[in-house]
This record gives sequence, C-alpha cells and structure tokens, in this order.
Amino acid sequence: MTAPGNDRAVVVTNLTRRFRSFLAVDDLSFDVARGEIFGFLGPNGAGKTTTIRMLAGLLRPSAGGGTVAGFDIVRQAERIKQNIGYMSQLFSLYGDLTVDENIDFFSGLYSVPRPRAAERRAWVLEMAGLEGQQRRLTGELSLGWKQRLALGCAVLHEPPILFLDEPTSGVDPISRRAFWDLIYAMADAGTTVFVTTHYMEEAEYCHRLALMNRGRLIALDSPAGLRAQRGAPLLEIIAGPSAPLVEALREAPGVIEVGMYGRAVHVTVRDAAAARAALPAWLAARGIVGGEIREITPSLEDVFVARVHDAGGAVEG
Amino acid sequence: MAFLLPAIMLLLFGYAITWDLRDIPTVVYDQDLSARSRGLCDALRASGYFTLVASLPGTREIAPWLERGRASLALVIPPDFAENLDAGRAAPLQAIVDGSDANTATIALAYAQAIVTSYAARSAPPGQTLAPPLRVESRIWYNEELVSRNMIVPGLVAVIMMIIAAMLASLTISREWEGGTMEQLIATPVTRTEIVIGKMLPYVAIGLVDVAVASLLGVTVFRVPFRGSVPLLGILSLAFLVGSLGLGLMISAGSRTQLMAMQLSMMTTYLPAYLLSGFMFATELMPRVLRLVTHLIPARYFIVVTRGIFLKGVGADVLCLQGLAMIAYAVLGITLAIRAFRKELG
Repeated sequence: MTAPGNDRAVVVTNLTRRFRSFLAVDDLSFDVARGEIFGFLGPNGAGKTTTIRMLAGLLRPSAGGGTVAGFDIVRQAERIKQNIGYMSQLFSLYGDLTVDENIDFFSGLYSVPRPRAAERRAWVLEMAGLEGQQRRLTGELSLGWKQRLALGCAVLHEPPILFLDEPTSGVDPISRRAFWDLIYAMADAGTTVFVTTHYMEEAEYCHRLALMNRGRLIALDSPAGLRAQRGAPLLEIIAGPSAPLVEALREAPGVIEVGMYGRAVHVTVRDAAAARAALPAWLAARGIVGGEIREITPSLEDVFVARVHDAGGAVEG
Repeated sequence: MAFLLPAIMLLLFGYAITWDLRDIPTVVYDQDLSARSRGLCDALRASGYFTLVASLPGTREIAPWLERGRASLALVIPPDFAENLDAGRAAPLQAIVDGSDANTATIALAYAQAIVTSYAARSAPPGQTLAPPLRVESRIWYNEELVSRNMIVPGLVAVIMMIIAAMLASLTISREWEGGTMEQLIATPVTRTEIVIGKMLPYVAIGLVDVAVASLLGVTVFRVPFRGSVPLLGILSLAFLVGSLGLGLMISAGSRTQLMAMQLSMMTTYLPAYLLSGFMFATELMPRVLRLVTHLIPARYFIVVTRGIFLKGVGADVLCLQGLAMIAYAVLGITLAIRAFRKELG
C-alpha cells in the first residue's frame, strides 16, 4: 500500500504544534528508513506523544508537515490509518470485552477479510501467550498480557509501520523483554517501528534514537554514535552517602554536571586527569575522605542527562 | 455550569409553570347566527381567555380541529338560541373540549361557564333575571373522565424516550474519550459515520423495547386507552429515537468528560422535553416568546403523536405534520452527530 519509489517510511519537515501559547513540538525534521526501529527518547513533556499523534493522523500540525508510508499527514490522515498500527500510551482495549471479542472487533475496524482474520487471531493469541485465555475479560489480564494483546490488535492488518507510544510503561522487566522480542521479530519481518520510551535499556535496542527536549530535537544518531559523540569525560566516584557527595561536587572546579546513580555519583568534567588530581583534596576539605574515582564510558543515560542539560534542562513537572 | 444550571432551571420553571389559561384556541359552530350569538362570541373573545380561530359550518368539522390539536374548545350554539333566551327559556350551549390535556380542559370549561353566565346576566332585560339561566352542556372528548394519568402516561412515554436516548447516548462517546479507548478507535480506518451509526444501533433497540414496556405498562397497569395504530407508534418512535440519539451523540462527541456530557444533555434535551413539550404544562399557556421556543422542541411534536395515538386514535393523515417533524429530526440528529464527531485529538 505504500506509495512507490519511497524508501523512507516517515519523513518529517519543520513539524510544529502549539497548544495555545505552549509550543509542544518545535520545528522538528527527521526521516525514518523502512524496517528501522526508531526510538524517540525524552523527558515527560518533551513532545514525544504529540509528535507520534501527529504522525498517526490524530492531531493536526500547527505548521510544517510530513509523510507516513508516503501519505501526507495533514491531507491524507485517513489513508495513513490504513497503513499503520498505533498503540497509545494508556491501555486502550475494551476491558469489558473478552480477549477474542477485542481481537474480532479490531479485525472488523481494520477490515481484515474473514478467513485471514481467523489466522490473525490465532497468531495474536500465540504471540501474546494468551492461548486458552480467549474467553477471559481483557480487564482482568495482567498488564504485560494486556500490552502484548494491544500490540497484537494494532497489527492485525499487518501494517508496514508501527507507532508505539511508551508501550511498556509500568510493565515488569520480564514482560518488557518479551515485548521487545516481539518488536524485533516484526522489524526483522520488515515492519518499521517508531517507538517512544523513557527506559534507557530499551533505547539501546533501537537502531536509531532521536532525543527530544522541550519540543526540540536535540540529538539523532545510533546508540553507539550518541555515546561516541559525547565530548566531555565522565568520572564515577563512590565515597559513602551520595547526597552530601553530590552537594560537595556541584561547586568543585572543572565540574560540568553531577548525577546520582545508586551508590555512585557520575561527574562530567572538563579534563579527566586534572579532575582526578584535584577532587580528592577538594572532597577531603569537605569531610569526605577515601572512596574511589575512575573514568568510565558514558552510558546512554549519561548522554541523555548531559544532552538535556545542555539543551536547557527538562520542563518541570 | 454550577451557576448556569440553576438559573436556566429557574427561568424555565418560572415561565413554563402556569395554569393561567390565555388565548385558548376555540372554534364555533353558530347555528343561530343572531345578534345574541354574535354577542356571546364577542364576550368570549373580549375576555382574553379565548381566541376564536374558526367558524365552522357543521358539527362534523369539529373533530378534525380537536384531533389535530388546532383547537382545544369547540362551542356549538343551537339554532333557537336567541329565541329561547328572549323568551326566558333555557338556552343550552354545547361545549366540547379536548380532554387529552386534562388541566387545560378543566380550566377551559370553567372559564367558558363563567363567561357565559356573566353574559346571560348582562343580556337579561332590565329588572329581571334569566330563569332558568343560560347553561353550558360540556362534552369531553378523548379522555372522558378527565383522568390525569391518561394524559400523563402517553406524555411520559415521550419524555422517557428523550431521557434514555439523549442521556445514555451522551455518555457513550465521552466515556470512550475518558477511558482512552477512543484514541485507539480513531487511529483505525473506521469512518465517523460508522462510529456514529454503530453507537446508535444498540440504543435504538433499547429505546424501542423501552417504548413497548412503557406503553404496555400504561395500558395494563394504568388502564390508559390505546386507540391508535401500534405500527404507526413504532415508526414514529423510531424516528424520534434516532433524532434524540443523534442529539445525545452530538453532545457526547463535543464533550471530553462524561460529567460535562451529562450536564449538557440535561440542559439541552431533558429539561426542555420535560418543561416545554406540553407534557406537564400546556404550551398554549406560556408567554409568547417561550411558546415560539417550544416549536423547536422535538418532544413537543412527539407528545402530540403519543397522545394522539393513545387517546384520540388518530392515524397518519392527522399526524403527517408531526411525522414530517420526526423524520426531519432524525435526519438532523444523525447529520449533526456525524458532523460533530472528529477523528482527531486536541
């Protein structure tokens, strides 16, 4: 169904959305290749959901535009809906229908032909691990099951592009892993997957990542590329309780950014060697002695925190 | 909303609730055509309580006027009216009222009696009273004993349908916005016409069953007469239901929360259906402005339908205006609901 001669699943140019005076999405431009798993990362309020809704034809852009599966997001929103699967942030199947009823209902909405619908239902049940549960009310299922069923219902018509808005929020790690196995399988089969998340380990699964903050795109690269781009060196310091340590390090010379990671504190500095030489004395002067300081490769989370910081910090709340 | 609702209720109730009759539409069949009979008509008109809408050539013409609700009272003046009156003999007048609205009927008769009595006193020769005085023989059609439940039950069928339709329908789309399922639904290729029709169908079935249940209870438990055609009631109920459901769905499509949808449907459908439809308070009694407004209330036409079919036993010929109103209402309801529904967020 995709328009021919176009190897871009999604093209976005100067996409902007205003809600009254609030600029939710600010002049966004990027492409997503076919078959790619494209991650959308950013703090709450960064504009991820607004963007995904505009791409799914659910929200009109205030300015700019784009195409999804070759169709214009403003003028051909309904054509887009035939060619995408969409899973919204909140669980949105019918809780008072059974598993089978939900599947059949969405098969109907997507006009899946009858014999094919039976095959697809069997596939969804197997994929979601819901065989034998067909007659249970969807509302009674565990969240992990619900999410896998929602994914199944969103792809009954085998769309070439899949939009997932924080599909795994609140789901336990094992179910999350199972969910990502499904996403991988679909991407392997040629589906383009556009996914928003705020789980860092999920971001690592994506082929490419777009980092958003305050409605703007602040970085776009592969996870490895993002880590490599990171300029300033990073130190990990473990020395007793973290809170006073963070306090002390904020004021230290040569320190750009301080972040707490469990027992450890990650410190972005201008010069690794200089900081390693100066910091023990600085800390000792503030009553913090001992501990260890070592240079580490930044994790995606470090990159994320630093990038958001560089871009002016996250929106409060 | 918290301030608007009481204000609207007060205004509606304040203006709608009145049992002071004015301008009762009246037809006269004057067989006497004398100065006396004309004097009586003038007295009726001058009182302000009656408006003479037509002068009829015979008794057979009375029924259509009352059936269609174009007149509430018919006065028949016998040929020997003036002669009897001048001779000091009893001069009976015949008054026929439409009993399908028991309140109006009772009051109209009482007024007529009073005006006729005072006219008799004034027209008596000086120094003598008319004995026996002028009498009004009353006939009440459609609801012979003026049983108020006979007028309330058919009206209630209409009001119940309005509530079921508008209230339930107004919740159905807003519930899905609230629960998040609507976001998933509008992300599919389903069209808005399909959504509106799909939302409407179950409530059409529910509504028709409700009409049947309410009508059956009315006839069996409350012994309300049913003189008309069941299929006609069914067809017009269907049209009324579709229109009301459309209105409810339109409200629902515009409201993102169930609370808002509920309040809006209360104000725009339930209250007017209750107060301005002629169900409780005769529309003829309302101030002119409000009476004009009642022409926009679909339930007003449907109450004429239910009362007409239950009590008067009238058919499609008499109810064609109301039938057209119901069909227009149904088409308008569906159209507005589809237009109001947006497959879009924000």
